[in-house]
Amino acid sequence: MAMTMVQKILAKATGLPSVKVGDVVEPRVDVAMSHENGALVISQFNEVYRGTGLEAKVWDPRRIVLILDHRVPAESSKTATNQKKIREFVAKQGIPNFHDIRGDQGGICHQILPENGYIRPSYVVVGTDSHTTSHGALGSFAFGIGATEMASVWTLGSVLNVEVPATIKVVVNGKFPKHVAPKDLILHLIGKVSAEGANFRVIEFHGETIRKMSTSGRLVICNMSVEAGATSGIVPADEETLRYLREEAHVADEIDMMTPDPDAEYDDVIEIDASSLVPQVACPHTVDNVRPITEVEGTTLNQIVIGSCTNGRLDDLEHAADILKGKKVAPGLRMLVFPATWRIYKQALKKGYLEQLVDAGAVIMNPGCGCCLGVHQGALGDGEVALATTNRNFKGRMGNPNAEVYLCSPATAAASAITGVITDPRKEG
Amino acid sequence: MARVVMTLGDDISTDTIYPGRFMATVLPTETPMFAFADYAEFNQKVKNKELEPGSVIVAGWNFGCGSSREQAASCLNGPGLVIVARAFARIFLQNSINLGLRTVICPDIEASEGDDLEISETQVVNKTTGKTYAVEPLPKARQAIVDAGGLIPYTRKRLLERE
Ligand code: SF4
Repeated sequence: MAMTMVQKILAKATGLPSVKVGDVVEPRVDVAMSHENGALVISQFNEVYRGTGLEAKVWDPRRIVLILDHRVPAESSKTATNQKKIREFVAKQGIPNFHDIRGDQGGICHQILPENGYIRPSYVVVGTDSHTTSHGALGSFAFGIGATEMASVWTLGSVLNVEVPATIKVVVNGKFPKHVAPKDLILHLIGKVSAEGANFRVIEFHGETIRKMSTSGRLVICNMSVEAGATSGIVPADEETLRYLREEAHVADEIDMMTPDPDAEYDDVIEIDASSLVPQVACPHTVDNVRPITEVEGTTLNQIVIGSCTNGRLDDLEHAADILKGKKVAPGLRMLVFPATWRIYKQALKKGYLEQLVDAGAVIMNPGCGCCLGVHQGALGDGEVALATTNRNFKGRMGNPNAEVYLCSPATAAASAITGVITDPRKEG
Repeated sequence: MARVVMTLGDDISTDTIYPGRFMATVLPTETPMFAFADYAEFNQKVKNKELEPGSVIVAGWNFGCGSSREQAASCLNGPGLVIVARAFARIFLQNSINLGLRTVICPDIEASEGDDLEISETQVVNKTTGKTYAVEPLPKARQAIVDAGGLIPYTRKRLLERE
């Protein structure tokens, strides 16, 4: 039977010759990731073992990755206590893959996983974070689950009762115009299918534009697939996948270069011409409220944010630094930059991007989730407006329900930093 | 009979149900105090335990979209609320089922605050307006977990079978 990526991965993970859409399966898990909400997973995990008389032991410590990123360094005693609980659990269970608050290993979970070689094509990856979809960029089936479900995975090593999802095939052809990026592509797609258009389904990305896209760009589009409701986004493995894994993630072992069958059945096929795209902006307060930049140009801004698991990578910082080099952030505007990981921070430092951004007036924050989820740094004041390269603009997202968040690419954010209003980067050269 | 205590539109995100700034609070016993924290009136009723268990929130499409935070389900489960929505986002639905929060998928539901509903496995009757709406069954993969009383007992059973 011809199979899509997700069907092939689930067949492999269950040892079945094939699976059909709608089948209920129990795939074994290759990677199980949690961050600070690991504290809740730990208490649910202990709850599973309560009254059994058994010692609570995770199924395979090597397949669990724990990362502290959401509020680092801790913003409150409560968070610090949760982080301490995680450290103690890691030591007790002998979990080798732990990324603490350290300059030599820390950062946002969705960049830590790929850059450290934890992700491979054909893997089943679960994470207690909705943007776990990111890891489909390397050909895995990666999806978000809740803390209780993770406690179940830590116990059994498999995800119970997964219904094999249908797949939407998105085919992208054509060359991006200058200052139009994968972020604009995914915003456009979300606007087109709506915030729930892909609910319970997987998006598989195809076409010449995707083949030519770097892994960094693929992480952007898979990351935000969840904003269309998708269970995951997946890019089938190709030469770029192999290059990234070997050269950047230093993976040395054998890699299953899985691709879907050419005659696999798709629920829907959507074609996009990248050459016709313009910069896109998602307006408050839903991610699918997407407009071409020409319709929102001139909106006054109080804060610019560049960073997050969506757009905090080296090429994003390079793009922003390029536009801001020798220029100034507009008076009265705050510009906050948080590289996704310390590895990226150090690369951007060496290449001079951070200095260029600081000279322009930006504030560089430590890697982590920063102001993305509004609990730690960079909260907005009442009535303020932010333009961010993050992935969500829900009411209250940046820490204040009386503020507004617009989403865009790093180029649009950088161009707007100079003027203080939403600005089309194509006009900034 | 179940009283509708709040009605909401489409795309209600987990940031609305349980704002990110309270995410350091994780225990299901503590999360209800931050349920819909930015909807002061409703939040107060939850805090004062004014809502009868079984009271209903009626919502539109894509209820619970956004993050995987389980607090969004546990904060509604604590007070024993029932959520009737036109559709739910995947992770929220899964978390609700895992924790035992009652979720009812009812694509045509129409109700106002104060209405009384009668909810069965196959339909919702709005006793106030006299209209009846069909209920969609839960995804089949999830029914087994509901039947076991939640994911923790379900997993515990599997664990003991393995040993
Ligand atoms: S950067 Fe934002 S979206 Fe990404 S994992 Fe952190 S909080 Fe979530």
